[in-house]
Amino acid sequence: MHPAFSVIFLTTLLGVGQGLFLALFSSQAYSVVDVLPAQSGGFYALGAFIALIFLIGGLIASVFHLGHPERAWRAAAMWRTSWLSREVIALPIAMGVIALYALVNWLGIDADLYGLGVPGQVALSVGAFGVIATLALFVCTAMIYAAIKFLQEWASPLTVVNYFLLGTASGFGFATAYAAVAAPDLVPFYGGWAITLTFAGLLSRAASLFRNARIKQKSSVQTAIGVRHNKVRQGSMGMMGGSYNTREYFHGRTAAFLKSVKWIFLALTFPLPLLLLWLGLAQMSAGLLMLAFGVQYVGLLFERWFFFAQANHPQNLYYQVVG
Amino acid sequence: MTQLALVIDLNVCVGCHACVTSCKQWNTSGEAGPLFDDNPYGKDPTGTFFNRVQTYEVGTFPNTETLHFPKSCLHCEDPPCVPVCPTGASYKRKEDGIVLVDYDKCIGCKYCSWACPYGARELDEKQQVMKKCTLCVDRIYDTSIPEDRRKPACVISCPTSARLFGDVHDPESDVSLAIRESGGYQLMPEWGTKPANHYLPRRKTKLRIHADELVRADNPLSKEDIKHETSKESSLDDWLM
Repeated sequence: MHPAFSVIFLTTLLGVGQGLFLALFSSQAYSVVDVLPAQSGGFYALGAFIALIFLIGGLIASVFHLGHPERAWRAAAMWRTSWLSREVIALPIAMGVIALYALVNWLGIDADLYGLGVPGQVALSVGAFGVIATLALFVCTAMIYAAIKFLQEWASPLTVVNYFLLGTASGFGFATAYAAVAAPDLVPFYGGWAITLTFAGLLSRAASLFRNARIKQKSSVQTAIGVRHNKVRQGSMGMMGGSYNTREYFHGRTAAFLKSVKWIFLALTFPLPLLLLWLGLAQMSAGLLMLAFGVQYVGLLFERWFFFAQANHPQNLYYQVVG
Repeated sequence: MTQLALVIDLNVCVGCHACVTSCKQWNTSGEAGPLFDDNPYGKDPTGTFFNRVQTYEVGTFPNTETLHFPKSCLHCEDPPCVPVCPTGASYKRKEDGIVLVDYDKCIGCKYCSWACPYGARELDEKQQVMKKCTLCVDRIYDTSIPEDRRKPACVISCPTSARLFGDVHDPESDVSLAIRESGGYQLMPEWGTKPANHYLPRRKTKLRIHADELVRADNPLSKEDIKHETSKESSLDDWLM
């Protein structure tokens, strides 16, 4: 497929925002049972606000993918069948709940809802819905791609696992840098999870690379035109000038270029951020931790480009020879 | 239930592109607005088409065969492009099985084109909506057109009648007969899309002659198989030699 930068930014920015919110919520939940030190409401509110900005950034990026963004509201209609429609519903819900979570923490709204005698019950109750919406959004985003069965590189549960792990890894990475500035007590918690999730992401992404390198394409030029002969060669695709079919479904780069992007994203998304996280945690350096997030985010842009470029659309079988 | 479809006979298609140009002409002139052409007389012309004729070479020289292959939307009975549409702009008509796009509802997200394994959909760069073959839905029901011409533009224009149009759910229709009796097949059956359009394969008429048919085996007047050595006595046959 031809990688569109709108979708690359959409999926990566959403991942950071969702991961950051999950990091904030988990640390606040742990603080209720005294596993982690509680922070001021302002810390969670500002963090959730930043998560919201990431989600809004993703939403803005998505607008550039649409031919008619002014009709985008219609996209909520077919949620019964379309994962894209489900994402269009899940995204504003997640944004709304995260905004509410930020507001509740900001204003310090609290009540002893469950008779536990601990603070933060209202914020965590709101946040629990945010967790559900966030997880649903991860599944919707990934299933948009995993649900197309003939794009065999995508049609795998690994796609969903990758979107979840890479999104949360970058989100926890940002939370680590944020905590290094605003709440140093939480740095080891966030940093530890950022490392764990990055490592888990490396395993699942490597698994999908391994799977895709050995994939056996079900369609061939023989099934495409229905002629049973081992030697079938296209003489003409029916046009000289190119069309949507020649632009949308192929990345237009060489195999060597594709391979170089693979090694760049593997280096930038996994070992370099792990090293920088480890150094940053050892030295408690906010700068290094921010750098770790930045490097990983750039790596994720490469990763997403490769994700799209690697998918082989069977329609390309019909467009092999200009003429 | 009706399922309108095309049956394309690869045995008689000569690759003249008349269906391509007549399709473009009809569909660029209709109520839905023009099919966009960008830079039509310039260096890199491009544009939106519903139908293309491709050419393939089957076999290795000198045992090759040229195959002209018209390609348009197959109006699948289980179209993968329809359920993925987030707005419901892409739909399959219940009454005749034509897969259509409502250009006023389409948001141009391109997801349906990703979900079509045949590449039958094209985004119109000017209108920014997804377009595809409509089976000339604005023509086949138009009562102001003489009845025998209420067919898709590509079918009318084909000089060799390589394109048949009809209801593939009616077992006695011309298209069903052609599929049944001339080996009609579907493209990429591996994805379970059940295309309504079918293709008829290249066919060769051959007379099959067995070796024993070249020899007159049971003709009493035949001379080839009389074996003189087999009989010592004279018979009536000997007189006929």
